[in-house]
Amino acid sequence: MAVLFFIEIADGKVKKASFEATSYAAAYAKQIGKDAVGIALGTIDDAELAALGVYGATKVLHAGNKEFDSFDANEYTKAVADVATQVNADTIVFSQTLTGKAVAPVVSARLKAGIVSGAVSLPDADFVVKKTAFSGKAFAYVKVNTSTKIVSVVPNSFGATKGTGTATVESVTLEAAPNRVTVKEVTRQQGDIAPLPEAELVVSAGRGMKGPENWGIIEDLAKALGATTACSRPVADLHWRPHYEHVGQTGVAIRPNLYIAIGISGAIQHLAGVNQSKCIVVINKDPEAPFFKAADYGIVGDLFEIVPKLTEAVKALKAGQH
Amino acid sequence: MKFLVCISLVPDTTTKISFVDNDTKFNNDKVQWILNPYDEWYALVRALELKEANGGTVTVVNVGSAANDQVIRKALAIGADDAIRIDVTGEADSFSIASEIAAVAKSGGYDMILLGKETINYNGSNLGGMLAELIDLPFVSYASKLDMAGNTATIERDIEGGKEVLTVDTPFVISCAKGMAEARIPNMKGIMSAKTKPLNVVAPQGVGSLTSVVKYELPPAKSACKMIPADHPEELIRLLHEEAKMI
Repeated sequence: MAVLFFIEIADGKVKKASFEATSYAAAYAKQIGKDAVGIALGTIDDAELAALGVYGATKVLHAGNKEFDSFDANEYTKAVADVATQVNADTIVFSQTLTGKAVAPVVSARLKAGIVSGAVSLPDADFVVKKTAFSGKAFAYVKVNTSTKIVSVVPNSFGATKGTGTATVESVTLEAAPNRVTVKEVTRQQGDIAPLPEAELVVSAGRGMKGPENWGIIEDLAKALGATTACSRPVADLHWRPHYEHVGQTGVAIRPNLYIAIGISGAIQHLAGVNQSKCIVVINKDPEAPFFKAADYGIVGDLFEIVPKLTEAVKALKAGQH
Repeated sequence: MKFLVCISLVPDTTTKISFVDNDTKFNNDKVQWILNPYDEWYALVRALELKEANGGTVTVVNVGSAANDQVIRKALAIGADDAIRIDVTGEADSFSIASEIAAVAKSGGYDMILLGKETINYNGSNLGGMLAELIDLPFVSYASKLDMAGNTATIERDIEGGKEVLTVDTPFVISCAKGMAEARIPNMKGIMSAKTKPLNVVAPQGVGSLTSVVKYELPPAKSACKMIPADHPEELIRLLHEEAKMI
Protein backbone atom coordinates (compact mmCIF):
# COMPACT_ATOMS: atom_id res chain seq x y z
CA MET A 1 0.00 0.00 0.00
CA ALA A 2 1.27 3.44 -0.82
CA VAL A 3 0.37 7.05 -1.40
CA LEU A 4 1.10 7.58 -5.09
CA PHE A 5 1.83 11.04 -6.43
CA PHE A 6 2.01 12.21 -10.01
CA ILE A 7 5.14 14.13 -11.06
CA GLU A 8 4.80 16.75 -13.79
CA ILE A 9 7.79 17.30 -16.05
CA ALA A 10 8.56 20.17 -18.41
CA ASP A 11 11.75 20.35 -20.46
CA GLY A 12 13.45 17.61 -18.45
CA LYS A 13 12.79 19.24 -15.06
CA VAL A 14 10.27 18.49 -12.32
CA LYS A 15 7.70 21.28 -12.23
CA LYS A 16 7.46 23.34 -9.05
CA ALA A 17 3.87 22.30 -8.37
CA SER A 18 5.10 18.71 -8.11
CA PHE A 19 7.45 19.58 -5.22
CA GLU A 20 4.34 20.58 -3.36
CA ALA A 21 2.45 17.45 -4.45
CA THR A 22 5.41 15.43 -3.15
CA SER A 23 5.33 17.21 0.23
CA TYR A 24 1.56 16.72 0.43
CA ALA A 25 1.80 13.01 -0.40
CA ALA A 26 4.69 12.54 2.05
CA ALA A 27 2.82 14.32 4.86
CA TYR A 28 -0.29 12.22 4.28
CA ALA A 29 1.74 8.99 3.94
CA LYS A 30 3.39 9.74 7.27
CA GLN A 31 -0.02 10.39 8.84
CA ILE A 32 -1.24 6.92 7.85
CA GLY A 33 2.09 5.09 8.17
CA LYS A 34 2.74 4.40 4.48
CA ASP A 35 5.30 5.34 1.84
CA ALA A 36 5.02 8.20 -0.65
CA VAL A 37 5.80 6.83 -4.12
CA GLY A 38 6.03 9.04 -7.19
CA ILE A 39 5.31 8.26 -10.83
CA ALA A 40 7.19 10.16 -13.53
CA LEU A 41 6.43 9.75 -17.24
CA GLY A 42 8.80 10.63 -20.07
CA THR A 43 12.36 11.80 -20.45
CA ILE A 44 14.04 13.09 -17.31
CA ASP A 45 17.37 12.46 -15.59
CA ASP A 46 16.94 10.07 -12.65
CA ALA A 47 18.96 12.44 -10.43
CA GLU A 48 16.16 15.02 -10.78
CA LEU A 49 13.69 12.44 -9.51
CA ALA A 50 15.94 11.19 -6.68
CA ALA A 51 16.10 14.81 -5.48
CA LEU A 52 12.39 14.61 -4.63
CA GLY A 53 13.58 12.78 -1.52
CA VAL A 54 14.12 16.18 0.11
CA TYR A 55 10.37 16.71 -0.10
CA GLY A 56 9.71 13.33 1.52
CA ALA A 57 9.44 10.92 -1.41
CA THR A 58 10.57 7.38 -0.56
CA LYS A 59 10.58 6.01 -4.07
CA VAL A 60 9.97 7.26 -7.60
CA LEU A 61 8.87 5.01 -10.43
CA HIS A 62 10.11 6.25 -13.76
CA ALA A 63 8.63 5.17 -17.08
CA GLY A 64 10.95 6.79 -19.59
CA ASN A 65 9.00 5.91 -22.74
CA LYS A 66 9.51 8.60 -25.39
CA GLU A 67 5.77 8.50 -26.13
CA PHE A 68 5.15 10.25 -22.83
CA ASP A 69 7.16 13.31 -23.88
CA SER A 70 4.12 14.58 -25.75
CA PHE A 71 1.02 14.88 -23.64
CA ASP A 72 -2.05 12.75 -24.22
CA ALA A 73 -4.61 12.60 -21.43
CA ASN A 74 -5.67 9.04 -22.30
CA GLU A 75 -2.11 7.76 -22.47
CA TYR A 76 -1.15 9.39 -19.16
CA THR A 77 -4.29 8.02 -17.55
CA LYS A 78 -3.54 4.47 -18.53
CA ALA A 79 -0.01 4.80 -17.19
CA VAL A 80 -1.04 6.27 -13.83
CA ALA A 81 -3.92 3.83 -13.41
CA ASP A 82 -1.66 0.85 -14.22
CA VAL A 83 0.98 1.97 -11.73
CA ALA A 84 -1.66 2.67 -9.09
CA THR A 85 -2.80 -0.92 -9.43
CA GLN A 86 0.78 -2.27 -9.40
CA VAL A 87 1.74 -0.47 -6.19
CA ASN A 88 -1.68 -1.01 -4.65
CA ALA A 89 -2.13 2.73 -4.11
CA ASP A 90 -5.01 3.69 -1.87
CA THR A 91 -4.49 7.41 -2.46
CA ILE A 92 -3.28 9.24 -5.58
CA VAL A 93 -2.13 12.86 -5.35
CA PHE A 94 -2.13 15.25 -8.32
CA SER A 95 -1.53 18.99 -8.63
CA GLN A 96 -4.58 21.04 -9.62
CA THR A 97 -2.66 22.37 -12.63
CA LEU A 98 -3.72 22.31 -16.26
CA THR A 99 -2.01 18.92 -16.64
CA GLY A 100 -3.48 17.62 -13.38
CA LYS A 101 -6.96 18.72 -14.43
CA ALA A 102 -6.55 16.85 -17.71
CA VAL A 103 -5.49 13.56 -16.08
CA ALA A 104 -6.87 13.25 -12.54
CA PRO A 105 -10.60 13.13 -13.45
CA VAL A 106 -9.92 10.54 -16.14
CA VAL A 107 -8.03 8.35 -13.66
CA SER A 108 -10.88 8.89 -11.19
CA ALA A 109 -13.45 7.57 -13.65
CA ARG A 110 -11.22 4.68 -14.69
CA LEU A 111 -10.54 3.46 -11.14
CA LYS A 112 -13.96 4.52 -9.79
CA ALA A 113 -12.00 6.45 -7.20
CA GLY A 114 -13.67 9.52 -5.68
CA ILE A 115 -11.79 12.76 -6.27
CA VAL A 116 -11.37 16.01 -4.35
CA SER A 117 -10.14 18.56 -6.88
CA GLY A 118 -8.73 21.81 -5.59
CA ALA A 119 -7.65 20.53 -2.16
CA VAL A 120 -6.02 22.99 0.24
CA SER A 121 -5.62 20.72 3.29
CA LEU A 122 -4.53 17.19 4.13
CA PRO A 123 -7.26 14.56 4.50
CA ASP A 124 -8.38 13.94 8.09
CA ALA A 125 -8.90 10.46 9.60
CA ASP A 126 -12.30 10.16 7.83
CA PHE A 127 -10.77 11.34 4.54
CA VAL A 128 -12.52 14.68 4.59
CA VAL A 129 -10.55 17.26 2.60
CA LYS A 130 -10.98 21.03 2.49
CA LYS A 131 -11.25 22.43 -1.04
CA THR A 132 -11.88 25.80 -2.64
CA ALA A 133 -15.37 26.41 -4.03
CA PHE A 134 -17.51 29.21 -5.44
CA SER A 135 -14.49 30.69 -7.23
CA GLY A 136 -12.64 31.40 -4.02
CA LYS A 137 -15.65 32.79 -2.16
CA ALA A 138 -16.01 29.71 0.08
CA PHE A 139 -14.55 26.33 1.01
CA ALA A 140 -16.18 22.91 0.91
CA TYR A 141 -15.20 19.92 3.03
CA VAL A 142 -15.52 16.87 0.82
CA LYS A 143 -15.52 13.27 2.01
CA VAL A 144 -14.34 10.54 -0.33
CA ASN A 145 -16.37 7.36 0.07
CA THR A 146 -14.40 4.95 -2.13
CA SER A 147 -11.51 2.67 -1.18
CA THR A 148 -9.13 4.32 -3.67
CA LYS A 149 -9.04 8.09 -3.30
CA ILE A 150 -7.74 10.93 -5.45
CA VAL A 151 -6.73 14.38 -4.27
CA SER A 152 -5.71 17.22 -6.55
CA VAL A 153 -3.85 19.95 -4.65
CA VAL A 154 -4.10 23.67 -5.50
CA PRO A 155 -0.61 25.04 -6.28
CA ASN A 156 0.89 27.28 -3.58
CA SER A 157 -1.72 26.23 -0.99
CA PHE A 158 -0.04 23.46 1.00
CA GLY A 159 3.56 24.49 0.44
CA ALA A 160 6.63 22.41 -0.34
CA THR A 161 8.52 21.43 2.81
CA LYS A 162 12.20 20.84 2.29
CA GLY A 163 14.09 18.35 4.44
CA THR A 164 16.86 15.92 3.59
CA GLY A 165 16.82 12.58 1.83
CA THR A 166 17.08 10.89 -1.51
CA ALA A 167 14.37 8.90 -3.22
CA THR A 168 15.15 5.54 -4.80
CA VAL A 169 14.43 5.71 -8.50
CA GLU A 170 13.10 2.54 -10.07
CA SER A 171 12.65 2.19 -13.78
CA VAL A 172 9.32 0.69 -14.78
CA THR A 173 8.19 -0.61 -18.12
CA LEU A 174 4.76 0.56 -19.07
CA GLU A 175 2.97 -0.28 -22.22
CA ALA A 176 1.91 3.08 -23.65
CA ALA A 177 -1.70 3.33 -24.76
CA PRO A 178 -2.15 4.21 -28.41
CA ASN A 179 -1.95 7.96 -29.09
CA ARG A 180 -5.33 9.50 -29.71
CA VAL A 181 -4.23 13.09 -30.06
CA THR A 182 -1.20 14.28 -32.02
CA VAL A 183 0.73 17.14 -30.47
CA LYS A 184 2.05 19.41 -33.22
CA GLU A 185 3.64 22.25 -31.35
CA VAL A 186 4.39 23.38 -27.79
CA THR A 187 5.29 26.97 -26.95
CA ARG A 188 6.22 28.10 -23.46
CA GLN A 189 7.27 31.48 -22.20
CA GLN A 190 11.04 31.52 -21.82
CA GLY A 191 13.27 32.46 -18.92
CA ASP A 192 13.49 31.68 -15.22
CA ILE A 193 10.29 33.41 -14.16
CA ALA A 194 7.67 31.00 -12.78
CA PRO A 195 4.55 30.62 -14.95
CA LEU A 196 1.52 32.33 -13.42
CA PRO A 197 -0.27 29.46 -11.68
CA GLU A 198 2.96 28.56 -9.84
CA ALA A 199 4.19 32.09 -9.15
CA GLU A 200 4.62 33.20 -5.53
CA LEU A 201 4.93 36.89 -6.38
CA VAL A 202 2.77 38.53 -9.04
CA VAL A 203 2.70 42.11 -10.31
CA SER A 204 -0.48 42.72 -12.27
CA ALA A 205 -1.69 45.80 -14.12
CA GLY A 206 -4.89 46.98 -15.75
CA ARG A 207 -6.43 49.65 -17.90
CA GLY A 208 -5.06 52.33 -15.60
CA MET A 209 -1.79 51.86 -17.50
CA LYS A 210 -3.37 53.72 -20.45
CA GLY A 211 -1.49 51.75 -23.10
CA PRO A 212 0.89 48.83 -23.75
CA GLU A 213 3.80 51.22 -24.29
CA ASN A 214 3.74 52.06 -20.56
CA TRP A 215 4.36 48.51 -19.31
CA GLY A 216 8.08 49.10 -18.78
CA ILE A 217 7.51 50.28 -15.20
CA ILE A 218 5.49 47.12 -14.42
CA GLU A 219 8.19 44.88 -15.87
CA ASP A 220 10.86 46.78 -13.93
CA LEU A 221 9.02 46.30 -10.63
CA ALA A 222 8.38 42.61 -11.39
CA LYS A 223 12.03 42.11 -12.30
CA ALA A 224 13.23 43.79 -9.10
CA LEU A 225 10.93 41.53 -7.05
CA GLY A 226 11.53 38.37 -9.09
CA ALA A 227 7.79 38.37 -9.72
CA THR A 228 5.68 37.15 -12.64
CA THR A 229 3.64 39.73 -14.58
CA ALA A 230 -0.12 39.44 -15.04
CA CYS A 231 -2.94 41.60 -16.34
CA SER A 232 -6.67 42.19 -16.15
CA ARG A 233 -9.19 41.04 -18.73
CA PRO A 234 -9.66 44.34 -20.63
CA VAL A 235 -5.91 44.57 -21.08
CA ALA A 236 -5.73 41.06 -22.57
CA ASP A 237 -8.83 41.72 -24.71
CA LEU A 238 -7.23 44.90 -26.08
CA HIS A 239 -4.10 42.82 -26.89
CA TRP A 240 -1.96 45.10 -24.77
CA ARG A 241 -0.62 41.98 -23.08
CA PRO A 242 -0.51 38.27 -24.05
CA HIS A 243 -3.58 36.14 -23.36
CA TYR A 244 -1.71 33.87 -20.89
CA GLU A 245 -1.14 36.83 -18.55
CA HIS A 246 -4.87 37.34 -17.99
CA VAL A 247 -5.86 36.50 -14.41
CA GLY A 248 -9.45 36.42 -13.22
CA GLN A 249 -12.48 34.25 -13.62
CA THR A 250 -12.20 33.76 -17.37
CA GLY A 251 -8.40 33.76 -17.33
CA VAL A 252 -6.09 31.98 -14.92
CA ALA A 253 -7.04 31.63 -11.26
CA ILE A 254 -3.97 32.14 -9.09
CA ARG A 255 -2.99 31.90 -5.45
CA PRO A 256 0.33 33.67 -5.03
CA ASN A 257 1.79 34.81 -1.72
CA LEU A 258 1.80 38.40 -2.93
CA TYR A 259 -0.46 39.96 -5.56
CA ILE A 260 0.20 43.60 -6.46
CA ALA A 261 -2.66 45.07 -8.52
CA ILE A 262 -1.81 48.28 -10.31
CA GLY A 263 -4.50 50.31 -12.08
CA ILE A 264 -7.07 47.52 -11.73
CA SER A 265 -10.43 48.51 -10.25
CA GLY A 266 -11.23 45.01 -8.96
CA ALA A 267 -14.38 43.80 -10.73
CA ILE A 268 -15.92 40.75 -9.07
CA GLN A 269 -14.79 38.55 -11.98
CA HIS A 270 -11.21 39.69 -11.49
CA LEU A 271 -11.37 39.11 -7.74
CA ALA A 272 -12.66 35.57 -8.32
CA GLY A 273 -9.32 34.71 -9.88
CA VAL A 274 -7.06 36.32 -7.30
CA ASN A 275 -8.97 36.47 -4.00
CA GLN A 276 -7.03 33.56 -2.55
CA SER A 277 -3.72 35.39 -2.75
CA LYS A 278 -2.19 35.50 0.71
CA CYS A 279 -1.43 39.24 0.57
CA ILE A 280 -3.03 41.73 -1.81
CA VAL A 281 -1.67 45.21 -2.56
CA VAL A 282 -3.81 47.65 -4.54
CA ILE A 283 -2.52 50.81 -6.19
CA ASN A 284 -5.22 52.92 -7.79
CA LYS A 285 -5.99 56.59 -8.30
CA ASP A 286 -9.65 56.04 -7.39
CA PRO A 287 -10.13 55.71 -3.61
CA GLU A 288 -13.55 54.12 -4.31
CA ALA A 289 -12.08 51.27 -6.40
CA PRO A 290 -13.78 48.08 -5.11
CA PHE A 291 -10.41 46.31 -5.03
CA PHE A 292 -9.42 48.18 -1.84
CA LYS A 293 -12.07 46.17 0.04
CA ALA A 294 -10.19 42.98 -0.76
CA ALA A 295 -6.73 44.43 -0.18
CA ASP A 296 -4.29 44.16 2.71
CA TYR A 297 -2.31 47.24 1.70
CA GLY A 298 -3.36 50.11 -0.50
CA ILE A 299 -2.02 53.30 -2.02
CA VAL A 300 -4.30 55.90 -3.60
CA GLY A 301 -2.39 57.91 -6.15
CA ASP A 302 -0.81 58.19 -9.58
CA LEU A 303 0.68 54.84 -10.50
CA PHE A 304 3.10 56.44 -12.95
CA GLU A 305 4.74 58.21 -10.02
CA ILE A 306 4.36 55.46 -7.41
CA VAL A 307 5.50 52.34 -9.31
CA PRO A 308 9.03 53.55 -10.22
CA LYS A 309 9.53 54.57 -6.56
CA LEU A 310 8.46 51.10 -5.44
CA THR A 311 11.00 49.59 -7.83
CA GLU A 312 13.74 51.79 -6.35
CA ALA A 313 12.70 50.82 -2.81
CA VAL A 314 12.78 47.10 -3.71
CA LYS A 315 16.23 47.49 -5.25
CA ALA A 316 17.46 49.31 -2.13
CA LEU A 317 16.01 46.56 0.08
CA LYS A 318 17.62 43.80 -1.99
CA ALA A 319 20.95 45.66 -2.07
CA GLY A 320 20.83 45.90 1.73
CA GLN A 321 20.23 42.15 2.00
CA HIS A 322 23.40 41.25 0.14
CA MET B 1 -21.99 16.88 -37.48
CA LYS B 2 -23.78 16.17 -34.21
CA PHE B 3 -22.71 18.30 -31.26
CA LEU B 4 -23.56 17.67 -27.61
CA VAL B 5 -22.93 20.54 -25.19
CA CYS B 6 -23.02 19.84 -21.45
CA ILE B 7 -24.54 22.76 -19.57
CA SER B 8 -24.50 23.29 -15.85
CA LEU B 9 -26.46 25.78 -13.77
CA VAL B 10 -24.54 27.96 -11.32
CA PRO B 11 -25.36 30.89 -9.05
CA ASP B 12 -24.90 34.24 -10.79
CA THR B 13 -21.33 35.57 -10.45
CA THR B 14 -22.40 38.42 -8.17
CA THR B 15 -24.27 36.13 -5.72
CA LYS B 16 -23.44 36.60 -2.07
CA ILE B 17 -22.54 33.11 -0.98
CA SER B 18 -24.06 31.79 2.26
CA PHE B 19 -24.99 28.43 3.73
CA VAL B 20 -27.84 26.94 5.79
CA ASP B 21 -28.51 23.82 7.92
CA ASN B 22 -25.35 24.20 9.98
CA ASP B 23 -23.33 25.14 6.92
CA THR B 24 -24.11 21.83 5.22
CA LYS B 25 -26.18 23.25 2.36
CA PHE B 26 -25.84 26.15 -0.07
CA ASN B 27 -28.41 28.85 0.64
CA ASN B 28 -30.63 28.93 -2.48
CA ASP B 29 -32.73 31.77 -1.20
CA LYS B 30 -32.92 34.67 -3.69
CA VAL B 31 -30.20 33.11 -5.82
CA GLN B 32 -30.34 33.85 -9.52
CA TRP B 33 -29.25 30.71 -11.41
CA ILE B 34 -27.52 31.14 -14.74
CA LEU B 35 -25.88 28.94 -17.36
CA ASN B 36 -22.31 28.28 -16.28
CA PRO B 37 -20.52 31.06 -18.22
CA TYR B 38 -17.82 28.78 -19.68
CA ASP B 39 -20.42 26.28 -20.90
CA GLU B 40 -22.42 29.10 -22.47
CA TRP B 41 -19.84 31.52 -23.83
CA TYR B 42 -17.26 29.07 -25.09
CA ALA B 43 -18.66 25.55 -25.53
CA LEU B 44 -22.18 26.31 -26.72
CA VAL B 45 -21.31 29.28 -28.93
CA ARG B 46 -18.39 27.46 -30.62
CA ALA B 47 -20.64 24.47 -31.32
CA LEU B 48 -23.21 26.82 -32.87
CA GLU B 49 -20.54 28.51 -35.01
CA LEU B 50 -19.32 25.14 -36.31
CA LYS B 51 -22.88 24.07 -37.03
CA GLU B 52 -23.55 27.31 -38.88
CA ALA B 53 -20.40 26.84 -40.96
CA ASN B 54 -20.66 23.13 -41.76
CA GLY B 55 -24.19 22.03 -40.88
CA GLY B 56 -25.37 19.71 -38.14
CA THR B 57 -27.32 19.80 -34.91
CA VAL B 58 -26.51 21.12 -31.45
CA THR B 59 -28.07 19.38 -28.46
CA VAL B 60 -27.59 20.62 -24.90
CA VAL B 61 -27.74 18.28 -21.93
CA ASN B 62 -28.25 19.14 -18.27
CA VAL B 63 -28.53 17.01 -15.16
CA GLY B 64 -31.04 18.41 -12.70
CA SER B 65 -34.64 18.98 -11.73
CA ALA B 66 -37.55 20.70 -13.50
CA ALA B 67 -36.53 23.93 -11.78
CA ASN B 68 -33.69 24.10 -14.32
CA ASP B 69 -35.95 24.20 -17.39
CA GLN B 70 -36.19 27.98 -17.60
CA VAL B 71 -32.42 28.39 -17.73
CA ILE B 72 -32.06 25.46 -20.16
CA ARG B 73 -34.44 27.34 -22.48
CA LYS B 74 -31.89 30.15 -22.61
CA ALA B 75 -29.45 27.74 -24.30
CA LEU B 76 -32.19 27.00 -26.83
CA ALA B 77 -32.76 30.75 -27.28
CA ILE B 78 -29.06 31.23 -28.03
CA GLY B 79 -29.44 28.68 -30.79
CA ALA B 80 -29.27 25.04 -29.64
CA ASP B 81 -31.68 22.81 -31.57
CA ASP B 82 -32.92 20.72 -28.68
CA ALA B 83 -32.26 19.95 -25.05
CA ILE B 84 -32.12 16.88 -22.87
CA ARG B 85 -32.61 17.12 -19.12
CA ILE B 86 -31.69 14.08 -17.08
CA ASP B 87 -34.13 14.23 -14.23
CA VAL B 88 -32.02 14.16 -11.09
CA THR B 89 -33.05 15.84 -7.86
CA GLY B 90 -30.76 16.38 -4.91
CA GLU B 91 -27.00 16.32 -4.61
CA ALA B 92 -24.82 14.53 -7.15
CA ASP B 93 -21.03 14.67 -7.49
CA SER B 94 -19.14 15.04 -10.74
CA PHE B 95 -18.80 11.26 -11.19
CA SER B 96 -22.52 10.72 -10.80
CA ILE B 97 -23.27 13.54 -13.27
CA ALA B 98 -20.64 12.27 -15.74
CA SER B 99 -22.16 8.78 -15.55
CA GLU B 100 -25.64 10.13 -16.30
CA ILE B 101 -24.42 12.18 -19.26
CA ALA B 102 -22.35 9.21 -20.49
CA ALA B 103 -25.52 7.17 -20.91
CA VAL B 104 -27.11 9.91 -23.06
CA ALA B 105 -23.88 10.54 -24.96
CA LYS B 106 -23.37 6.86 -25.80
CA SER B 107 -26.77 6.38 -27.34
CA GLY B 108 -26.74 9.71 -29.23
CA GLY B 109 -23.83 9.09 -31.62
CA TYR B 110 -22.34 12.55 -31.20
CA ASP B 111 -19.24 13.65 -33.11
CA MET B 112 -18.14 16.19 -30.55
CA ILE B 113 -19.00 16.72 -26.90
CA LEU B 114 -18.19 20.18 -25.56
CA LEU B 115 -18.28 21.76 -22.11
CA GLY B 116 -16.73 24.69 -20.24
CA LYS B 117 -13.32 24.44 -18.55
CA GLU B 118 -14.97 24.29 -15.10
CA THR B 119 -18.10 25.42 -13.27
CA ILE B 120 -17.85 28.65 -11.31
CA ASN B 121 -19.37 27.11 -8.17
CA TYR B 122 -17.57 23.78 -7.76
CA ASN B 123 -14.44 24.67 -9.80
CA GLY B 124 -13.56 21.00 -10.15
CA SER B 125 -12.80 20.65 -13.88
CA ASN B 126 -13.79 17.01 -13.46
CA LEU B 127 -16.72 16.37 -15.75
CA GLY B 128 -15.03 16.40 -19.17
CA GLY B 129 -12.26 13.96 -18.29
CA MET B 130 -14.64 11.61 -16.50
CA LEU B 131 -17.12 11.64 -19.36
CA ALA B 132 -14.38 10.96 -21.93
CA GLU B 133 -13.20 7.95 -19.90
CA LEU B 134 -16.70 6.57 -19.35
CA ILE B 135 -17.51 6.63 -23.08
CA ASP B 136 -13.93 5.83 -24.14
CA LEU B 137 -13.23 8.98 -26.20
CA PRO B 138 -10.11 11.20 -26.40
CA PHE B 139 -10.18 14.18 -24.03
CA VAL B 140 -8.76 17.61 -24.80
CA SER B 141 -8.86 20.13 -21.94
CA TYR B 142 -8.73 23.92 -21.74
CA ALA B 143 -9.02 24.52 -25.46
CA SER B 144 -8.77 28.13 -26.60
CA LYS B 145 -9.16 27.51 -30.35
CA LEU B 146 -10.83 24.80 -32.41
CA ASP B 147 -10.93 24.48 -36.19
CA MET B 148 -12.38 21.59 -38.17
CA ALA B 149 -11.22 20.18 -41.50
CA GLY B 150 -13.33 17.16 -42.38
CA ASN B 151 -13.25 14.92 -39.33
CA THR B 152 -9.99 16.30 -37.99
CA ALA B 153 -9.90 19.06 -35.42
CA THR B 154 -6.90 21.33 -34.91
CA ILE B 155 -6.98 22.58 -31.34
CA GLU B 156 -4.95 25.04 -29.32
CA ARG B 157 -5.01 24.32 -25.60
CA ASP B 158 -3.64 26.19 -22.61
CA ILE B 159 -0.68 24.67 -20.78
CA GLU B 160 1.23 26.25 -17.87
CA GLY B 161 2.75 29.44 -19.23
CA GLY B 162 2.10 28.60 -22.84
CA LYS B 163 0.16 26.81 -25.53
CA GLU B 164 -0.01 23.44 -27.21
CA VAL B 165 -1.34 22.77 -30.70
CA LEU B 166 -2.72 19.31 -31.42
CA THR B 167 -4.91 17.42 -33.82
CA VAL B 168 -7.55 14.85 -32.99
CA ASP B 169 -10.19 13.04 -35.03
CA THR B 170 -13.87 13.01 -34.12
CA PRO B 171 -15.48 11.86 -31.95
CA PHE B 172 -13.88 13.49 -28.88
CA VAL B 173 -14.64 15.41 -25.68
CA ILE B 174 -13.33 18.96 -25.36
CA SER B 175 -13.37 21.44 -22.47
CA CYS B 176 -13.43 25.05 -23.58
CA ALA B 177 -11.67 28.15 -22.22
CA LYS B 178 -11.38 31.79 -23.19
CA GLY B 179 -10.64 32.38 -26.84
CA MET B 180 -12.96 29.68 -28.22
CA ALA B 181 -15.81 32.05 -28.97
CA GLU B 182 -17.51 35.24 -27.85
CA ALA B 183 -20.67 35.34 -25.76
CA ARG B 184 -23.92 35.73 -27.71
CA ILE B 185 -27.03 37.50 -26.54
CA PRO B 186 -30.22 35.72 -27.59
CA ASN B 187 -32.38 37.73 -29.99
CA MET B 188 -36.17 37.96 -29.95
CA LYS B 189 -36.54 35.32 -32.69
CA GLY B 190 -34.37 32.96 -30.67
CA ILE B 191 -36.31 33.57 -27.49
CA MET B 192 -39.64 32.96 -29.24
CA SER B 193 -38.47 29.80 -31.00
CA ALA B 194 -36.94 28.44 -27.78
CA LYS B 195 -40.43 28.04 -26.34
CA THR B 196 -41.32 25.39 -28.90
CA LYS B 197 -37.98 23.61 -29.28
CA PRO B 198 -37.87 20.11 -27.77
CA LEU B 199 -36.73 19.80 -24.16
CA ASN B 200 -36.74 16.08 -23.52
CA VAL B 201 -36.74 14.83 -19.97
CA VAL B 202 -35.13 11.43 -19.47
CA ALA B 203 -34.98 9.21 -16.39
CA PRO B 204 -31.59 8.92 -14.68
CA GLN B 205 -29.54 5.72 -14.51
CA GLY B 206 -29.19 6.32 -10.78
CA VAL B 207 -25.40 6.07 -10.62
CA GLY B 208 -24.36 7.09 -7.11
CA SER B 209 -21.80 9.67 -6.04
CA LEU B 210 -18.27 8.73 -4.95
CA THR B 211 -17.89 11.79 -2.73
CA SER B 212 -20.11 13.93 -0.52
CA VAL B 213 -19.88 17.47 0.82
CA VAL B 214 -19.75 17.35 4.61
CA LYS B 215 -19.90 21.09 5.20
CA TYR B 216 -19.09 24.51 3.78
CA GLU B 217 -17.14 27.37 5.23
CA LEU B 218 -16.73 31.05 4.36
CA PRO B 219 -13.21 32.47 4.38
CA PRO B 220 -12.35 34.57 7.44
CA ALA B 221 -13.36 38.20 7.07
CA LYS B 222 -10.65 40.33 5.58
CA SER B 223 -9.18 42.86 7.99
CA ALA B 224 -9.28 46.49 6.88
CA CYS B 225 -6.88 47.58 4.15
CA LYS B 226 -3.87 49.43 5.51
CA MET B 227 -3.46 52.64 3.51
CA ILE B 228 -0.02 54.01 2.73
CA PRO B 229 0.41 57.68 1.79
CA ALA B 230 1.14 58.17 -1.92
CA ASP B 231 4.14 60.39 -1.20
CA HIS B 232 5.87 57.56 0.73
CA PRO B 233 5.49 54.44 -1.42
CA GLU B 234 8.75 53.04 -0.01
CA GLU B 235 6.81 52.50 3.21
CA LEU B 236 4.83 49.78 1.39
CA ILE B 237 8.02 47.89 0.58
CA ARG B 238 9.13 48.15 4.22
CA LEU B 239 5.77 46.76 5.42
CA LEU B 240 5.79 43.96 2.85
CA HIS B 241 9.25 43.00 4.06
CA GLU B 242 9.00 43.50 7.83
CA GLU B 243 5.28 43.05 8.62
CA ALA B 244 3.80 40.81 5.93
CA LYS B 245 7.14 39.04 5.32
CA MET B 246 6.23 38.60 1.67
CA ILE B 247 9.44 39.91 0.11
